[in-house]
Amino acid sequence: MGMVRESQFHVLAVDDSLFDRKMIERLLQKSSCQVTTVDSGSKALEFLGLRESNDPNALETHQQEVEINLIITDYCMPGMTGYDLLKKVKESAAFRSIPVVIMSSENVPARISRCLEEGAEEFFLKPVKLADLTKLKPHMMKTKLKKEGEKPAEEENTILKPEESAVIEILPLHQELELEQQEPMLSSNKRKAMEEVISAGRSRPKYNDITTSV
Amino acid sequence: MNTVVVAQLQRQFQEYLVSLYQQGFLDNQFTELRKLQDEGTPDFVAEVVSLFFDDCSKLINSMSRSLGRPESVDFKQVDSGVHQLKGSSSSVGARRVKNVCISFKECCDVQNREGCLRCLQQVDYEYKMLKTKLEDLFNLEQQILQAGGTIPQININ
Repeated sequence: MGMVRESQFHVLAVDDSLFDRKMIERLLQKSSCQVTTVDSGSKALEFLGLRESNDPNALETHQQEVEINLIITDYCMPGMTGYDLLKKVKESAAFRSIPVVIMSSENVPARISRCLEEGAEEFFLKPVKLADLTKLKPHMMKTKLKKEGEKPAEEENTILKPEESAVIEILPLHQELELEQQEPMLSSNKRKAMEEVISAGRSRPKYNDITTSV
Repeated sequence: MNTVVVAQLQRQFQEYLVSLYQQGFLDNQFTELRKLQDEGTPDFVAEVVSLFFDDCSKLINSMSRSLGRPESVDFKQVDSGVHQLKGSSSSVGARRVKNVCISFKECCDVQNREGCLRCLQQVDYEYKMLKTKLEDLFNLEQQILQAGGTIPQININ
């Protein structure tokens, strides 16, 4: 029952209002996400592991434990605003790949473009609706795909050019093309990852037995 | 289960809910809120609404204090309170409360103390009115459940 998935997406929600935290938590749960809520930008950074620690190992292990697929934060917060938090996340080598979404009850175009320019994936106007959250999936998928892409791709190793190719040269060009398409997934580490989701093109290259007749 | 009684209660519930929309107490956001409730979270709406009313009470009290003395009104504090109230009323679908907040903000922006006091009074009235209406609505829900029925999903356009 349900999708075969190792784990749900885990979202970190940041808002200083208890009421809003309760709302966004429910919205995310209803969208099948695991949620952690915090009430400030600094607590968010602490949760991620971006804090100064006396223990040199703490930062390392903390990063391993907490896998966050998306940060959704209110814009207007005392102390560190959502924008400040966004900047800090994007400036951090370890966490800049985590998609960040900003929420605000005010429709201020200059604010919206400032956030998007700084790397926010989306800007939601409050009150946030269930339908808005469907926009989050593609952004969270990118982080999962990236992680999966970093594992060694077993399929590639099974495609061995037949030794006979030197003699016969009947090479399945189509399958070779499929292989090449899989590689770009591994290399990209840009802040704004590719817009289109690489449709999980990890299909096993179908190759029939290469019959060679000498 | 007395199906006739359940049907009657369900109809009563539906009519009452629809009337709240028609009279402008609630808007579409309340419908969105109800969508978030399910068998696993049967008290979600009631909890959120209760939080909202608590907020209203607290914010109105603090804004009242800020507006208290004409010679030293802290409009910044009032503005902050109105902002919060507008946000939460909007999220809950409390349409009338939200609309008062819009006027309230305008009075605050121009530092109109009298206007603010009037709005404060109105906000107080509207939230209390909505509170009693929703209490009645939740009562009907309870009656339906106790009679063995289920709460109807209602789509309001």
